[in-house]
This record gives sequence, structure tokens and C-alpha cells, in this order.
Amino acid sequence: MASHNNKDITGTAVYIMTAVASLSIIALILGIFYTLFVQSSLAIGKFGFFGFLFSTDWDPVRELFGAATALFGTILITFLAMVMAVPVAIGIAIFISELSPNFFKGPAGVAIELLAAIPSIVYGMWGLFTLAPIMSDYVEPALQATFGRLPVLEIFFAGTPLGIDILTASIILAIMIIPFTASISRDAFNLTPSVVKESAYGLGATKWEVIRNVVLPNARISVLGGIILSLGRAVGETMAVAFVLGGAHKISWSLLDMVSTITVTLANEFTEADTDMYLSSLYLLALILFIFSFILLAGARLFVMRSERKV
Amino acid sequence: MKRLLIIGLSVLAAGMMINTGANATEMLNGAGASFPYPVYSAWGHNYNKDTGVRLNYQSIGSGGGQRQIASRTVEFGASDAPLKPSKLKKNKLLQFPAVIGGVVPVINMKGVKTGAVKLDSTTLCKIFLGEITEWNDDAITGLNKGVKLANKKITVVRRSDGSGTTAIFTSYLAGVCQEWKDKVGAGKAVKWPVGIGGKGNEGVANYVKRVNGSIGYVEFAYAKQNNLNYVKLKNAAGRYVAPSFDSFKAAAASGDFDAAQDFYLWLVNAPGKNSWPIAGATFILLAKEKKEANKKVVKFYDWAFDNGDDTATNLVYVPLPGSLKAKVRAYWKSEGIY
Repeated sequence: MASHNNKDITGTAVYIMTAVASLSIIALILGIFYTLFVQSSLAIGKFGFFGFLFSTDWDPVRELFGAATALFGTILITFLAMVMAVPVAIGIAIFISELSPNFFKGPAGVAIELLAAIPSIVYGMWGLFTLAPIMSDYVEPALQATFGRLPVLEIFFAGTPLGIDILTASIILAIMIIPFTASISRDAFNLTPSVVKESAYGLGATKWEVIRNVVLPNARISVLGGIILSLGRAVGETMAVAFVLGGAHKISWSLLDMVSTITVTLANEFTEADTDMYLSSLYLLALILFIFSFILLAGARLFVMRSERKV
Repeated sequence: MKRLLIIGLSVLAAGMMINTGANATEMLNGAGASFPYPVYSAWGHNYNKDTGVRLNYQSIGSGGGQRQIASRTVEFGASDAPLKPSKLKKNKLLQFPAVIGGVVPVINMKGVKTGAVKLDSTTLCKIFLGEITEWNDDAITGLNKGVKLANKKITVVRRSDGSGTTAIFTSYLAGVCQEWKDKVGAGKAVKWPVGIGGKGNEGVANYVKRVNGSIGYVEFAYAKQNNLNYVKLKNAAGRYVAPSFDSFKAAAASGDFDAAQDFYLWLVNAPGKNSWPIAGATFILLAKEKKEANKKVVKFYDWAFDNGDDTATNLVYVPLPGSLKAKVRAYWKSEGIY
């Protein structure tokens, strides 16, 4: 932007347009934050911000509301989905970029991108009508018969296996976020300078050693970026989870039990919230999710920045 | 570049002309409950053919309908739950019923025919409170002599989303069962003591179909179209009735809808020996001061009362009985909008 004199009208115009576009993003975020805050003031006034945050109540009839159960569900399901998705996604990326025969790379890449393009409501329907019966008939009874008998693990597998539970929801969520991490990681792995790889091979490194010591460290930051993108999606995902979660406002440690997440609560209850306090509490729930996502993403950003410095 | 601009502008202008053409036809704007959306839009389609007036109804949910009419952004709002006269007065609204819906408890039990299981209000209440947990509990077998009830755990299925269906069902339980009223209460979403949550009627129906020994509740239309295994209920007159058009109509006819109370009534546990005990009307809300807009809305519903019964029945909605239609028309007249 060194040369925006009067003759360079195009340059100035581009400068102004791009600047306005960027500033409007910030204005939009602040606007959303302000709206959420104003709308939730009624609930903050009644319960207090932290009182609401730590309360496990959710009783629309008596107008007692709290965020603890929904926040717990959001964190638990996101965590489980990430644990399942990230290793698989990185594995997929390694296979496609480094190990697979060339003719397979194209179709596999397209398949991953297609997975990302499926609307989440479709995942939800598929989860409810296809995955949930499979989980309740085969997978969950098997889990109960094995891990469910071990002393400590049994609390994670207690209850009747109905297929609509934390486990099914996390699996669906994991499938949904795999493409983000996988395709970004694959692109990053492909960017590894072949000179470096070839010199490693020249030194007698095996394929695994090259992947482990050259490709992975080189792409580390991009992979982290992909994981953060998945994390953002997982925290905010609604429809796919809403169908298979059961929407129960409680805290449960069993993977075969139902909980609710913040977004699911909003989607399920917003349209029929007919009292002011109810509506305001839902707004406050949204505000908490907003703040939570912000903290999560800021933390992830910080983490990436620190590892960038190490490189 | 210039030519492109001219072409673009003329396309835009042509588009605007078409648009103004569409705006010239009279529109009727409403928003609210999703439950009556299919029947309102079918009526609207036929009404447009008859009169040229187009209905624009957005099914954004009852809560949204109430807010939109309170802020006067639509000509009518629609709500599955009646508003109390005090709340209507506060927002200066009018209210009348448009069509009847009902809620049906459905079960899944292998080897039991539909309608074979009978329940009364206390038993149903205790099942949903989680106090009766087995199908061969004495309270249930006592009502069902001769029916082979499996020695099965009862799995309660309820809605996970806020819903008018839940409001009707919990109003019924709160009306017939003091313990339910004290512990849970009535509303579109409540703090359920037990049970798994399904999203929408289809979610509840799906779980009931899958889990042997389950009991849930769905909209009458949904139960009928999917041939779910329903339960016969004991009504206020002490008779066991099956959910059907006739038993819903009987409930609506015997229900004490009072125009002076803006028809505020939960149609639950209605008197009358053929009445199905869990029913409810879905309501239309009007802004009191907007006489001209209200006349347009009333004209539409007047037309629907005359010409829409078959359409409603085909879509498995229960039309208002004649006596109630007459009451609604008298209400319109007294408000000077008919």
C-alpha cells in the first residue's frame, strides 16, 4: 500500500474496500456480543452470571435456569469427538500424501471433501435412523459386556444401551470433523520440500522415519490449524447432535446416557420459549457459548504462536 | 463494461416490475405454531384460488408467533397454547381457536394389539413420574385383565424440544394428578423426572418403535399416519375411549370454551362420555386495535370454517365442532370484526 497517490484510484478503492470488509467483521462480532449481553440481562439480573454458569437447574415451568449441564455436555462431547477424530484424520492425511499409490490419491481426496460438504442435518438423520440402532443393538451391548465389567470403567458404560447417547453423538461429531483436519493436514504434508525428504532418504531413513522426523514436524503448525478449525466446528455443531443426544439436562459420566449441549438446547427450545425469563436464559446460554468459544480459540491461537516461535 | 451495466439494470428493472405485480395481490401475513402449519397452508392455497388473497404463514413456533403479534409485525399470530386473558389484555390481543389437535400415548409391546392396553389417569401419571417401572405392576395389570403384559421394564419416551404437544400432555397430567402438578407442572418444556428425549414427533415415534416396553406420546396425526400402537384412556366420565376423530370432536364439543375468557381453555379431561381426555385447540391471536387487518384474517378463517373441514380431516386435523364455530363467530361479531 505504499503507492496510494491520487492517480492510483484502483489501489485506494481496493484499500478502502478491504479495510471496510475487515473492520465490519470486528463490528459484527462486537454487535453480536452486545445483542447477546442485552438480551440476557434479565437472566443475569435474576441468577447472576456465575450463579447461572454453575447451576445445574433447568426447569422451564418454575423458571429456574442454569448453564452447567449444557456446558458440561458441550465440553464432554467435543472432547470425545476430538479424541476420536484427530488421530484418524492425521492418519488419513499421512496415507494419502505419503503412502498411497498415486491413482488412489484423487478419489480419496474428493471423498474427504465430500464428507465435509454433507449438511449436518443429514448426519443427524443418518445417526438417528441408522447409526443409533447399530449402536444399541451391537456396539453398546458389546461394550457393556467387556469394559462394563471392569471395576472403574463400569461407570462409563452404565445404563440401558438405547443408541441415543453421548457415545453415538461423539462418533457422529467425530466423523463430521475428520475432513477438516484431514484435508488441511494432507495439503500441509504435500508442501514438504521434496529436497528435504530426498536427503533424508539419502541418509538411509526408512519411510516411517521420514514421516515421523521430516513430514510431521514440517507441517506441525498447519495440522494444529486444522485441529483448531475442527474444534470450532465441534463446539458449535447442532443439528447432527440434536437428533441423537436425547436432550436431557443433567450431568452424567456414563457414555450411554443422555446429556444436552448448549447449541442443542438453543435449537430445541428457542422456538417455543414463551416467557421472557426463559428466552433471556437461552440468550445467556448463547453468550456463555460465545465466551467459551472465544477462550478456546484464543488459547489454541496462543498455543500455535508459541510452537511457531520454536520452529 | 457499459453495455453490461445497461443489461444488468434492465434485468433488475424487469425483476422489480414482476415484484410489484406480485405485491399488488392482497397478502395475509401470519406467523407462529408449527403444528397447524400444514392445514393453514392447505387452506391458504384453496383460499387463494377462491379469492385471490395469498396467505403467507411462517411456522416459526408458538413462542415466536406470540412475540410477533405482540410487536405487531404480522397480521395474526398462531399459538398451540392458549394465552391467559390477563396476558391477552396486557398485549391488547384477541384470541380464538382454529383447529383441534390431540395427544395420544403410544406404546411398544410385542404381541399386544393396538388399543388393547388400557390406562387411567393415575397410572399414566405414575408411569411418567417414574413410580411405576414395570409393565406387570399391579396398577397396570389390574386395569388390563386378560391382556398378556410382558414382564418388562417401562422406558418412558418424551420430547427433548419445546412443544405444544408437551404442553397439552403435561396440562393433562397436572390436571388429573396432584403429584405431577406439585413436582413437575405443565409447560412446553418441563423437567422430566424420567425418560429419554426424542426430537419432534418423529423422534419420539422412532424411539418408541425401537425400544420394546416403551411408552411415549405423540400428536394424533402422527400416531394415525404411522399406525402406532395407541393406548385406550379412561376419560372424565369413567369410560375407556380410543383416540379418533369422533372422540376428539366429542371432547371439543363438551369442552367449556368461553368467549368471555377469549376461549382460554386446555381441552384436557373434558367431560362427556365419548371425549378423548388429552386434546387441545390451536389458537389465532389478533391485535385488538387493527380492525381492518383483523377483518381480513377473520374473513379467511370464516371461509375455512365453511370450506376447510374436509381439507383438515384429510390432513388428520380435527375441525372445530359446529357449536364452537358459532361461538367463535359470535365473538368476532362482538369485537366488530366480522
